[in-house]
Amino acid sequence: MRKTWRYAVTRLAHSVPVVFGVTIVTFLLLHLIPGDPARKLVGPHAGPAAVAAVRRQLGLDGSLVNQFGVFLSRLAHGDTGRSFFYGVSTRSLVISRLSVTAALVGLAALFCVILTLPLATLAAVHKDRLADHAIRVIPLVGLGMPAFWIGILFIIVFSVNLGWFPVGGWGVTLGDHLRALVLPALTAALGIIPLLIRSLRAGVLDVLKADFVATARAKGLREMRVLFRHVTRNALIPTVALLGLNIAYLIGSTVIVERVFDLNGLGSLMLDAVGNRDFPVVEGVTLVFAVAVVALNLFTDLVSAQLDPRIRLG
Amino acid sequence: MRLLAVSGLDVQPDVAAGRRRPFVRRAFSSRSLLAGLCIVASVTTLAALAPVIVRYGPNQQNPFHGMEGPSAAHWLGTDELGRDVWSRVLYAGRTDLVVGFLAVLFPFGFGTLLGIAAGYFGGVVETVTMRLVDVIIAFPFYVLVVALVFIIGPGIRGIYIAIALTDWVVYARMARTQALVVRELDWVTAARSGGLSHARVLWRHILPNTISQAIVYVMSDIVYVLLAVVTLGYLGLGIQPPTPDWGSMISDGQSFLSTNLWISTIPGIPIVLTGLGLSLVADGLTDVLRPP
Repeated sequence: MRKTWRYAVTRLAHSVPVVFGVTIVTFLLLHLIPGDPARKLVGPHAGPAAVAAVRRQLGLDGSLVNQFGVFLSRLAHGDTGRSFFYGVSTRSLVISRLSVTAALVGLAALFCVILTLPLATLAAVHKDRLADHAIRVIPLVGLGMPAFWIGILFIIVFSVNLGWFPVGGWGVTLGDHLRALVLPALTAALGIIPLLIRSLRAGVLDVLKADFVATARAKGLREMRVLFRHVTRNALIPTVALLGLNIAYLIGSTVIVERVFDLNGLGSLMLDAVGNRDFPVVEGVTLVFAVAVVALNLFTDLVSAQLDPRIRLG
Repeated sequence: MRLLAVSGLDVQPDVAAGRRRPFVRRAFSSRSLLAGLCIVASVTTLAALAPVIVRYGPNQQNPFHGMEGPSAAHWLGTDELGRDVWSRVLYAGRTDLVVGFLAVLFPFGFGTLLGIAAGYFGGVVETVTMRLVDVIIAFPFYVLVVALVFIIGPGIRGIYIAIALTDWVVYARMARTQALVVRELDWVTAARSGGLSHARVLWRHILPNTISQAIVYVMSDIVYVLLAVVTLGYLGLGIQPPTPDWGSMISDGQSFLSTNLWISTIPGIPIVLTGLGLSLVADGLTDVLRPP
């Protein structure tokens, strides 16, 4: 038990400098813009007083170190700046959009696991036979498919032709929301499923060779039971770990997927802010995304450690 | 920067020399390498020869023949401005492929060199590099790229800089892991104790034995970068109109999905084909470069 805690604390301590680094990089993004963002924002016709006021509001006056101090102290108070376009705090914007993106990422992660596990197991069990070859084509073709194009194909097939899911939007009721999320989540998941299948197939092949599988078979267990109880369960751990490793990519692809399916999540908030040249919102959302990735990485590592004592006991 | 996983590559460096068939002979015996090269060569040739192949300019508008389906005159139909889709698909390939291929060069070179330096020297160089890698990897790839392009400004220059700043981390991580293994090998120690300088050891001994994995990864990386290029185009942040780009073509066609679905679907096909070709090349190279 003590070792479990020690692992959790070490892992947590490792995240702290990363979060700090992420904050610095986000800060530098806005504050090292070539030219004067305040000038860009107010336009060429504004007077020097207006530019100076905007610069102060952005925290762009004073030396770089000074600016960073202001940025950090604002952050410490939970203030990530004020949107120019919407006139409200970035924080309230993020909170209002967070649930859509969180639901999207959650459902996409679920799709990743429930699609990858059976496919990878099937490929490994039928190694070098038809099913294996068919499944191994998925990574080859899938890796080169742009997420937005897959999304559009889904819309054509499942929304326009079959009418099963809405073309876009979020709907009103919980049922609407769920229906609205299926295609986007599947689209986001397909971005990393090819890679997960490839890695996991190798993982399952290793598990199949393990002694405990031979023992299970020798005990006379039926093949299906061996697969479900012994092989798949052991393959679940690397799947979760791999998913954690790639969660940044999955989260990043929500930016595109939300645009394709017209969902009002964090990703479309960021893209709208880019379109409106709304610097504080771009900065705030970038920071939130990165911190979410660090937190989710930490979470999946702890879950993996809980599932597999070998990780935490070293 | 992007997908991080063991992609079936050996972490073991190619140290076992032994007698092997020449590289070219091995390359020709790999079916996936040959198939991949054929696909990539076909797509590139079509794009390169676009001015010879097509009858219409990519931006030649014909308002009276907008939104027409495939016909003898327009093999892949026309878009809402009456521009020939076949011509635009080929011309878009000229831009997208060049940007995709060129954009990986800096990350490949810089990341690999930094990574082997980090692995070989250790200490401060390693700590600083790897902490920076950790931080950049924490950003979702598309979020960071969109933010960077926002700052630098949309267009090809923005793409090059954004990819250069984000993509080197994968190479750095890979090269460091390799260098950590290679630097402990006897003949590296021998080279050092024989009085060779660090620079010479790095260049002559460490680099050649760590580079093959990076070369294999370059193939997959071009796919990812190409995806990033067209994705930025789709979002309106990439290659700017009127220059044709597969991403912006797909985005333009999205408004007409229920009536004219080919406008959005067709430009995706060359992207998938290029991706398939490069993935096959990467698979083939993995086999060919694997230590015997």
